[in-house]
Amino acid sequence: MIQETFAIGDSIIHRLDPRVRVVFATLFSFLVALSDRFPTLYAAFGISVLMIIPARLDIREAGKRLKTLFWFMLLIWMVLPLTFEGDTIYRLGVFAVKRQGLVLCAQITLKAVSILLIFMALLSTMNINTLGHTLNRLSVPGKLVHLFLITYRYIFVIEEEYRRLRTAIKIRGFKSGTNLHSYKTHAYLLGMLFVRASIRAERVHEAMLCRGFHGRFYSLDGYKPSRKNRNFSIIMTAAIACLTFIEYYPI
Amino acid sequence: MNKPAPDRIPLIRLSGVSYRYPGADTNVIDNLDFQLYPGDRTGVMAPNGSGKTTLFYLLMGLLKPSDGLIEIFGKPAETEKDFEQIRRRIGLLFQDADDQLFSPTVLEDVAFGPLNLGKNQEEARDIAMKTLNELGLDGYENKITFKLSGGEKRLVSLATVLAMEPDVLLLDEPSTGLDEKTKARLVNVLLNLDLSYILISHETSFLYDLTDSVYTMRQGKMKRAEKIHVHPHVHPHTSHIRHHH
Repeated sequence: MIQETFAIGDSIIHRLDPRVRVVFATLFSFLVALSDRFPTLYAAFGISVLMIIPARLDIREAGKRLKTLFWFMLLIWMVLPLTFEGDTIYRLGVFAVKRQGLVLCAQITLKAVSILLIFMALLSTMNINTLGHTLNRLSVPGKLVHLFLITYRYIFVIEEEYRRLRTAIKIRGFKSGTNLHSYKTHAYLLGMLFVRASIRAERVHEAMLCRGFHGRFYSLDGYKPSRKNRNFSIIMTAAIACLTFIEYYPI
Repeated sequence: MNKPAPDRIPLIRLSGVSYRYPGADTNVIDNLDFQLYPGDRTGVMAPNGSGKTTLFYLLMGLLKPSDGLIEIFGKPAETEKDFEQIRRRIGLLFQDADDQLFSPTVLEDVAFGPLNLGKNQEEARDIAMKTLNELGLDGYENKITFKLSGGEKRLVSLATVLAMEPDVLLLDEPSTGLDEKTKARLVNVLLNLDLSYILISHETSFLYDLTDSVYTMRQGKMKRAEKIHVHPHVHPHTSHIRHHH
């Protein structure tokens, strides 16, 4: 279920110009994703954890969101150290744990958590229309913005339709197995879902046109230009510069 | 009430309009003539697949007629540009509220239309709050649209349409799937609106409560229905005989 728990709030971060937030979250994420050295990654992790404080996020809720990532990370930690090429540091029967694999896992985990946290602090603190509006103003192509926002809203409607179709199949005694009939049924289900989703998309677009939509999103939230934006920009620029320095000029 | 007075310009006039879906071999709308005058509250009763939703789509410019002339607010409506202006003044309530509500929160959704019409944030917010208030939806502004019940969704959808302050409403089966209480609420809201509208429904009593004249649609044409035919269902001396209408 899609909720905008973090979007409602009145912290310093909430009051920052959304454009500033989007720009710095993006820059930060790219930098983190492209960095390999541990000092940089530790520093980035630290910065993103610190960001949670001024955004006054509910720690428990933030933890819940990190949990989704946790399972994915667990999978990586289970697979990569065993399958990666490199020096063996530990042997467990037929399995050999490789050092390079462990290093890669640690890097991926640090990067993923840092990026997720910075997005939580900076982006999930605005509601989705504001985000669309901001992307519009940052000259992201209208079609992409549109696609993004509508996906966000309708993914659950499509899920509901999927459930309805699945129930319809179940109540007529369908049991999935490894036979042609099952494969065919699954294919029909998927096909029908696509058809329904596209019909739905058409109708939503028509409904939007009927209400005067002409390709641009507007935001209801007003953001006044203030010194906070400038200060935040300076701090973030400095942080990003430091991270770049650590990454590319090792002492 | 629907007598065309010569000095009044119809809000909507269809002359010989036909529409055929690509690949179909009959017209779903066939050589249709229809007028809606200011103050008219017209009902359309029709079986499924008789082209009533198509009719609304033609009026909103979402489909283009294969033949005939559509005039809206006294001007021919042909191009997308014509319809962009028309959509500001005609509100269409979709059959499925989930098609209409696409913003996460109620307030954002209701303000969407006014913002598109060029209102600033404050005006849009005020209009949205006022509209919600008029529909008895105070306190709904921060609710999540997809968590609303079916009835609430319908009322919020109506709010999103009314927030654009239209001159004409097109209502496509607004009572479908509503419980009696919500239906009564909807009837109440519609009766108190000072708007012309076309109401599609296949619920006879709902239709007759809310409209002054009722049409039936068959084979792509509209026909004025006699009110007596369906209204009070009394057959004083034949009530013991099974009957059909």
